[in-house]
Amino acid sequence: MKMLLSGNEAVARGAYEAGVKLAAAYPGTPSTEILENIARHFPSIYAEWSPNEKVAFEVGIGGSLGGGRSLVAMKHVGVNVAADPLMTFAYTGVNAGFLLVSADDPEMHSSQNEQDNRILARFAQIPFLEPSDSQESKDMVKIGLEISEEFDIPVMLRMTTRVSHSKGIVELGEPIEVTKDKFDRDTRKYVMVPGHAKLRHANLLERVERLRDYVEKSPLNRIEEYDTKTGIITGGISYQYVKEIMPETDIFKIGIGFPLPLKKIREFLDKREKVIIVEELEPYYEEIIRAAGMTSVEGKRYFGREGELSPYRVALGLNDAGLIDEAPKAGHEPEKLFPRPPVLCPGCPHRGLFMALKKLKLTVTGDIGCYTLGTLEPLKSLHTCICMGASIGKAIGMEKVNGSDRGIVAVLGDSTFIHSGITGLLNAVYNKSNITVIIADNRVTAMTGGQQHPATGYTLMGEETKKLDFTALARVLGVESVRTVDPLKYEETQKIIKEEVERPGPSVIISTSPCVLMPKRIMETPYEVILDLCNGCGICFRIGCPAIYPSKELNKRGKPKAEIDPALCTGCSLCSQVCNRGAIVIKQSIEKVK
Amino acid sequence: MKNGIKNILIVGVGGQGVLLASELLSEAAIMSGFDVKKSEVHGMAQRGGVVSSHVRIGKKVYSPIIQYGQADILLSFEQAEAMRAVDWLSPEGKVVVSNTRLVPPIANFGELGYPDDPVAEIKKKTGNVIAVDADKMARDLGNMRLVNTILLAVASSYIGFEKNVWEEAIKKLVKPKFVDINLKAFAQGRGLTIN
Repeated sequence: MKMLLSGNEAVARGAYEAGVKLAAAYPGTPSTEILENIARHFPSIYAEWSPNEKVAFEVGIGGSLGGGRSLVAMKHVGVNVAADPLMTFAYTGVNAGFLLVSADDPEMHSSQNEQDNRILARFAQIPFLEPSDSQESKDMVKIGLEISEEFDIPVMLRMTTRVSHSKGIVELGEPIEVTKDKFDRDTRKYVMVPGHAKLRHANLLERVERLRDYVEKSPLNRIEEYDTKTGIITGGISYQYVKEIMPETDIFKIGIGFPLPLKKIREFLDKREKVIIVEELEPYYEEIIRAAGMTSVEGKRYFGREGELSPYRVALGLNDAGLIDEAPKAGHEPEKLFPRPPVLCPGCPHRGLFMALKKLKLTVTGDIGCYTLGTLEPLKSLHTCICMGASIGKAIGMEKVNGSDRGIVAVLGDSTFIHSGITGLLNAVYNKSNITVIIADNRVTAMTGGQQHPATGYTLMGEETKKLDFTALARVLGVESVRTVDPLKYEETQKIIKEEVERPGPSVIISTSPCVLMPKRIMETPYEVILDLCNGCGICFRIGCPAIYPSKELNKRGKPKAEIDPALCTGCSLCSQVCNRGAIVIKQSIEKVK
Repeated sequence: MKNGIKNILIVGVGGQGVLLASELLSEAAIMSGFDVKKSEVHGMAQRGGVVSSHVRIGKKVYSPIIQYGQADILLSFEQAEAMRAVDWLSPEGKVVVSNTRLVPPIANFGELGYPDDPVAEIKKKTGNVIAVDADKMARDLGNMRLVNTILLAVASSYIGFEKNVWEEAIKKLVKPKFVDINLKAFAQGRGLTIN
């Protein structure tokens, strides 16, 4: 049977067919749909959202050591969080197969950087597989788990956004049952104290040597021959772009990127006049191949190290390299147009919070989530964003060197706080930091599409569970002042933030109101502008709500009055709270006036 | 069409139903026996940003994204977004565009405003444009969410496949209680052509 599946859906299907027993993840674009699909379609697999990627990875280790094939999934930067267990798990090795799915995001469609995790796999000395479409995504889950068991090593499946989020036709297979021995208390293998770890490090290097033979014979590293004088080495999504542009040229398609099949690559090179490497992001293949003495290959000078490749960019590069004659071009001249960046939704509770922070002119260290959009015009009230949970540490450091006279506030979301903000908050208490931490609690992991987390009261598999209480947690960490505010109440939000910023010692404000999109769409009665009362002052435009637009009716100075799109307005009332003229009212009340 | 592959680029704004349209199109292509690949980017786009979906249909498709300048059909759910994507269109490509205008706050206060008449701008570049008053058609049918089906129906005349294949795709992918109204919307859009 065949189905149209995205790369992520195919990974979920692959897990099912390969007899995976346990899957764990923290949501992150472009990886999120893997666990969602496992939980939705394959209930035979235990699946969980963990609080962060490190915990997910460790749960996966436990699953593997316990004898069940395990899969953990995360976005590229999530692997940084999980890097600690990863580096040493490579030493101990597995019991049942262990697959780390790393979904990288070249072009940063929804990420803070575009690091190339192929390098991280090599750093850890673990093999990685690189699917180029949905079919391979599914197949490589199973092959990866087999390699993991045969070589006693965790394996990375390295996806990219275009593989994860593109759909293609996939041939489905039947699930297999895999039985492994239960955990064996082999402490020399699993307890990484120096004496054991020295032996396991040597052992890891031996395993990698054996893998070098394996990759030379694996059909995942294949040569497609058309008897051309030139050849191309490529892998992952870049392979598809090359096939698109030059369907009948000799290709060395890399399916296992670490270790590289250097003998086979050398043979490929020896038989051809010119060989070009096409790879996205870093010159990963290129540097290893050149370091092995094959210095005639070229790659990055034609394709660049930044952003996503595309058929267009690959055609440009191949033209530049002299492999194709015609340079690609646009069909029509591009237009210069206003940008359409993502914005906080109409009714988003984060808007009220950032309006208050803007009014108070505070320095705000920020974090990762929808609320990072608070940095954009016109709210422009979030001033740093590095990685998950960093807001608190950054605020502490800044306060230590600058003092807190002008107020330093850390803002992070509910899910982000759970992910890696708790230790930061503990540090603020322990090291007597005078900062205010605001948990922008919209009661869901919103940015990635509305996933559960430990404070929602539900698990990924839909079971009811204990619900984390932020107030109790902050108190038990030693925060003396913990307040709760509804950010849709503008004046009160300002007042509470002001009081807490002025209070000595660390304090926590839980700014809580549900996301307007998830888990259910909130649509209250919309608001409307009474144009006779509106004087076109523009204050409501400056809250950046997509539902408010300039009217054709102008004020005395020729500036537009405001109108509200009733199809977009959720009735949050923030605009009416800033209007000095009382011109913005609930639609119903206009009816009553009439 | 290059290499016998048809390239359809669907663009719009987060929340407009671009993804359902590309699902229906892909399903119709599969039912007609073709290979299909499609690609879109999720994530930030959900928050009112630009959404685009590339659909490629042919005997054997490699790249899930269209080569810049080679889209055969540009199906846009919003006027200015059609203008933004026009350079993706091949010189002979066709544009099907909804008369919908979605003006983001930044276009009211930023450097570049929302163009007065994006469709006229596009027509300066290509004569192959059909502008559809899809908002009105959907409103008359009683459900604004039908805009995507109407637009897809207009484009369907240029994409090919038998009419019944499209209807089967709708029956397969749309929630049962909305199937009839979607079929009606499809029938209304199907007849509209470039004039």
